[in-house]
Amino acid sequence: MRKIREIAIEKALLFSSLITIAVTVGIVSVLAFEAFRFFSEVSIIDFFTDTQWTPLFTDKHYGILPLLSGTLLTSFIAISVALPIGLSISIYLSEYAPKSFRKTVKPLLELLAAVPTVVYGFFALVVVTPFLQGIIPNLSGFNSLSAGIVMGIMIIPFVSSLSEDALHAVPTSLREASYGMGATKLQTAFKVAVPAASSGIIVSIILAISRAIGETMIVAVAAGQQPRLTLDPTVPVETITAYIVQVSLGDVQHDSIEYRTIFAAGITLFVFTFFLNTLSYRIRKKFQEKYE
Amino acid sequence: MNSIQKNRLKDQLFKIWGIACTLIGLVLLAIFIGDILIDGLRRIDWSFITNLPSRKAEKSGIYTALMGSIWILLLTTIVAFPLGVAAGVYLEEYAKKNRFSALLEINISNLAGVPSIIYGLLGLEVFVRIMGLGASVLAGALTLSLLILPIIIVATREAIKAVPQSIRDASYALGASKWQTIRNQILPASGGGILTGVILALSRAVGETAPLIVVGALAYVPFAPSNPLDEFSVLPIQIFNWISRPQHGFIENAAAAIIILLLITFVMNGIAVYFRNKWQKKWK
Repeated sequence: MRKIREIAIEKALLFSSLITIAVTVGIVSVLAFEAFRFFSEVSIIDFFTDTQWTPLFTDKHYGILPLLSGTLLTSFIAISVALPIGLSISIYLSEYAPKSFRKTVKPLLELLAAVPTVVYGFFALVVVTPFLQGIIPNLSGFNSLSAGIVMGIMIIPFVSSLSEDALHAVPTSLREASYGMGATKLQTAFKVAVPAASSGIIVSIILAISRAIGETMIVAVAAGQQPRLTLDPTVPVETITAYIVQVSLGDVQHDSIEYRTIFAAGITLFVFTFFLNTLSYRIRKKFQEKYE
Repeated sequence: MNSIQKNRLKDQLFKIWGIACTLIGLVLLAIFIGDILIDGLRRIDWSFITNLPSRKAEKSGIYTALMGSIWILLLTTIVAFPLGVAAGVYLEEYAKKNRFSALLEINISNLAGVPSIIYGLLGLEVFVRIMGLGASVLAGALTLSLLILPIIIVATREAIKAVPQSIRDASYALGASKWQTIRNQILPASGGGILTGVILALSRAVGETAPLIVVGALAYVPFAPSNPLDEFSVLPIQIFNWISRPQHGFIENAAAAIIILLLITFVMNGIAVYFRNKWQKKWK
């Protein structure tokens, strides 16, 4: 009797973990199915080469490039903010800061990632954009610059926390050897600790990029809803995610080409983040083997 | 200046730069919260919490959105908590180290990195359309449950990993079965850690906007949901809606609603940190 119960429980637990596989299969098949129907109406060559994205207008164009450029532009700005600041924080906290300071500051920084993203959107639109307009007079009310900067602030803890963990895992003996040679803390940090922790740091950067590409509410609120192929950070753009939100807010028939565009856009986004996540997982696995 | 002095100077300069970087994020967060408090605090009163949404900014309240968020929170907890913990227990205590468990692991790590809006697309197609739940609280809660499942699983595994092997050995030595050991020893011992992870995951769910917009949550709902199949709005969507309106009164409303949302998020994070500290002390 007891044996039957044990087996039943094990099966129930196994079933729960299999749900995660079902989720992945679900995501891939839903995106693939709707995207397939989309591409039976729109040529895949147009999708990747047309420079206009206007599925909601009468003159319809289905070129993903403007949405992609909006996504990459805002993400690039975000990473340009988060990378130097996040890395400096991680090096400072692991190599310089007293233990007590590190212990108080780390959870506080992680609070930055706990704030709901719609709140950051408000911040970008109501505080940062007016402030930047004082410096750059021809900055539009919606622009990728302030959306990108605020997104960068949001992902600082993604870079700093994971990089700090990686630096922290570097054996003290390596540092002591460096100090013994007369190196300063700075030299030790950049020539010994950072190279030794490089794979962990790279993982943190990749995850931050993936997070920036998939971020939705900040860009939906502050970057605008005008798909355009540009690298100019002062004008309104639209990201893949913001487009999906825009369509979801409107009244779109469930069996229409407009409805399917969000899945075509979604699968593009998914492929990007899937590639980045898999890459970071591979690097992390390799890194674990190295130290264990 | 010789090169030793130069190196020391550089060292000091980097130290200052490091402190500045550490503080800048926190200072910005403080400025931001201060700004929101100035904008929104005087808007908050009892009627703001109990009023229904309205076309006039000064008469609008967050009642339906707040109730929607509470519904979402409850239903998501009911679905995601048992599933996530069960999956975590399986992976840590039962799964053998083989290709299948490696696949499960890489899969969960990948799911944790899938953008939340993609979960919205999944929920829209599977729960709203195929299962015919419509744009209901239940469809929204199921979508968010899938979103936070990987977070709960990872937290459960970490917490269980921290339980010393000696506890298991002692339990087996007394003749306990595997499940008895898990239920009577491992789960109580790792409960604090699991709870921390679950609360953090739920606080993430409360702040999620994008997947619920995709699932079809509305910006304007005239009444609070009374059963799981009712249509709904949540606080973040109400905030998003108010931000998108040009009149200044709505910006004030948005700031006031943000204060309530941040209060909920920070209280949940605070509780999580409390559990974490309490639990960490136990094993050291």
